[in-house]
Amino acid sequence: MRIHPSASALPLTAVVLAIALLGMGVPARAQENYFVTYSHQLEEPGNLEIAAKSITGSPRFGNPFVATALEFEYGINGWWTAELYLDGQTTASESTVFTGFRIENRIRPLMREHWINPVLYFEFENLNEADKALLEVVGHDTNADFLPRNSRAEKKREVELKLILSSNFKGWNVAENFTAEKNLGPFSWEFGYALGASRPLALKVSPKPCKFCRENFALGAEMYGGLGERYSFGLAETSHYLGPVISWDIPRGPSFRLSPNFGLNHNSNGLLFRFMMSYEIDDFFARLRGEP
Amino acid sequence: MKLHRYAAGLLVLAGMAFAGAGDGGWMKKVPAKDRVRPNPLADDPGATAAGGKVYAQHCSACHGDNAEGKVGGKHYRPNLHSHRVKQATPGELFWILTNGSLRNGMPSWSRFPELERWQVVTYLKSLP
Repeated sequence: MRIHPSASALPLTAVVLAIALLGMGVPARAQENYFVTYSHQLEEPGNLEIAAKSITGSPRFGNPFVATALEFEYGINGWWTAELYLDGQTTASESTVFTGFRIENRIRPLMREHWINPVLYFEFENLNEADKALLEVVGHDTNADFLPRNSRAEKKREVELKLILSSNFKGWNVAENFTAEKNLGPFSWEFGYALGASRPLALKVSPKPCKFCRENFALGAEMYGGLGERYSFGLAETSHYLGPVISWDIPRGPSFRLSPNFGLNHNSNGLLFRFMMSYEIDDFFARLRGEP
Repeated sequence: MKLHRYAAGLLVLAGMAFAGAGDGGWMKKVPAKDRVRPNPLADDPGATAAGGKVYAQHCSACHGDNAEGKVGGKHYRPNLHSHRVKQATPGELFWILTNGSLRNGMPSWSRFPELERWQVVTYLKSLP
């Protein structure tokens, strides 16, 4: 699908908006320490987090690409977070396109902290088949999914359900996600998983203000992949990735995260590199109304 | 008519529940074993300053820079200088930081390591 001029302006506008918001000088903090895996931490009520999640790779037999999902995450209340993603990508020797959008909702059914904390996740996505943002791997997704050209016109409209399980223990977060995705066309349910573990480098905060203190950094790892389809459930012809994740939260500033993802079998791309920058705005709508 | 009475009763109960939650009702939910947990950093000389730093970064947006529950003179959230907070045990404060009060807009801060939460408790107990 070649991009319509008005559509091409959309991610650009959002980036400009994000940069403008960066100048607002408001506090920020990161919610998640992963790229694909979700923990049970939701956005704080009234806060808006703007994040650019990018991935770059050079697939076998395909053109190198950079895909970005621009994320707007809003805390509706203490147990419900909603998100809008705008996806776009640039592929070498092809073009730059807006590939579609995703709307997500995460709901925490239990109001207290438990040993394992469940979160229910619902998503609708309307994307170009060429979308390479790779926010999940399901079914028999393989490195061939990186090959469709940007000019491809097919749209996929899908619903996605996730069961998110997550625990915090002795400074560690351990999260497990189980995904079921259904193309609204005549296709069967596809399944996938994502696992993550991370920990800040320090368990106590130092009394002095600092940007490079150990407590501002977190190290972890995540692994994700497909689990086949309804009629071919299992690991056959699926792809899987594993990689370390490092996060840096600048106090009252943006957060950065990066992760090299290594393909674990011949169906996976050898190396993908992920990078993310996020910024959180407290009491977003109060600020829009001009309240201090 | 009966239905109206039930509806009215439910409304009153819901109102009482919310009023209770916003008025320290959460304290009644703290399990006894959590209530009596001692603060391991109570004697740590740097804990108050460190907790104050965490408070400024993560809590002041709602509770205000001075912890009076006032932001921009308009939003009123629980005043952390209140008698209720002063009377709360360190264990109770740690419990509310860990669990939050999700229905009332207080998020869970369990993603912070335990010692960091205890630093915040130390700071809260130091408030005048």
